[in-house]
Amino acid sequence: MSWGSLDNFLAMGGYGLYVWGSYVVTLVLIVTELALLVRRKRIAIERIR
Amino acid sequence: MSINWFKYSSPQTFFPLAGKLALGFGTLALVACAVGLYLGFFVAPTDAQQGESYRIIFIHVPAAWMSMFLYVVMAFWAGMGLAFNTRLSGMMASAIAPTGALFTFIALWTGSFWGKPTWGTWWVWDARLTSELILLFLYFGFMALQAAIDDPRRADKAGAVLALVGVVNVPIIYFSVKWWNTLHQGASVSLTKAPSMAATMLTAMLIMTFGFWFYSIAAVLLRARCIMLERERGSDWVGQYARTAA
Repeated sequence: MSWGSLDNFLAMGGYGLYVWGSYVVTLVLIVTELALLVRRKRIAIERIR
Repeated sequence: MSINWFKYSSPQTFFPLAGKLALGFGTLALVACAVGLYLGFFVAPTDAQQGESYRIIFIHVPAAWMSMFLYVVMAFWAGMGLAFNTRLSGMMASAIAPTGALFTFIALWTGSFWGKPTWGTWWVWDARLTSELILLFLYFGFMALQAAIDDPRRADKAGAVLALVGVVNVPIIYFSVKWWNTLHQGASVSLTKAPSMAATMLTAMLIMTFGFWFYSIAAVLLRARCIMLERERGSDWVGQYARTAA
């Protein structure tokens, strides 16, 4: 699968909003979960000390 | 070689193992998702019917599978805790719920963003979508119920009953496209017949499934470690760990 240019890749054949709207939200949610886990562990350790 | 598995059934011994496993599975998840997305976006061809919009499949289907699979695993640990009253089982069930809810939401969200261009609507109350939404509410209900009960052991028991009752929803989701007339399409991949999609599409989707699976294991183990630190706050090993942790 060759896209030719970055613009074509981002356009996703006219479905850019739907494809990237799915992928970006998924990525943001996963990164948020990991950040919350790091925060939760930090707070747990602070409370023990 | 014999391994004493019971050695890892106490939080104290499981905690360091969970840390190592989380790192390993996290790394595997990153590799699998990189390979899966490369195949999905640069190798898999354009779909003849749906154009490029079908590329949502590489996260939609793995997320939907994980949402159901994680619920079953959560109910399994909840049941183990209820039956054998083991501390770690309840912690594992609690650790799975938020990640399960996350993948349920991702399945619904990406499904909505796929439904709009292909069906012309963001949402319909058909059997597949509705039962998946109920799954999200089951996860939320489990978490809310546990959060509402102060004593963790009682919270585990109450949550376990809810989790076990709710497991009936999982086969309903899975078979909904057979049992009812749904706008949602039937299964593209099943154990009994050849998959109805191009080989590269299928490969990318399966690799992404492994990626999400490995990610789930890593996230659940990290959360289980937090829960161990919170619940075993008074014990010596937690005190020692907290002093040495950076």
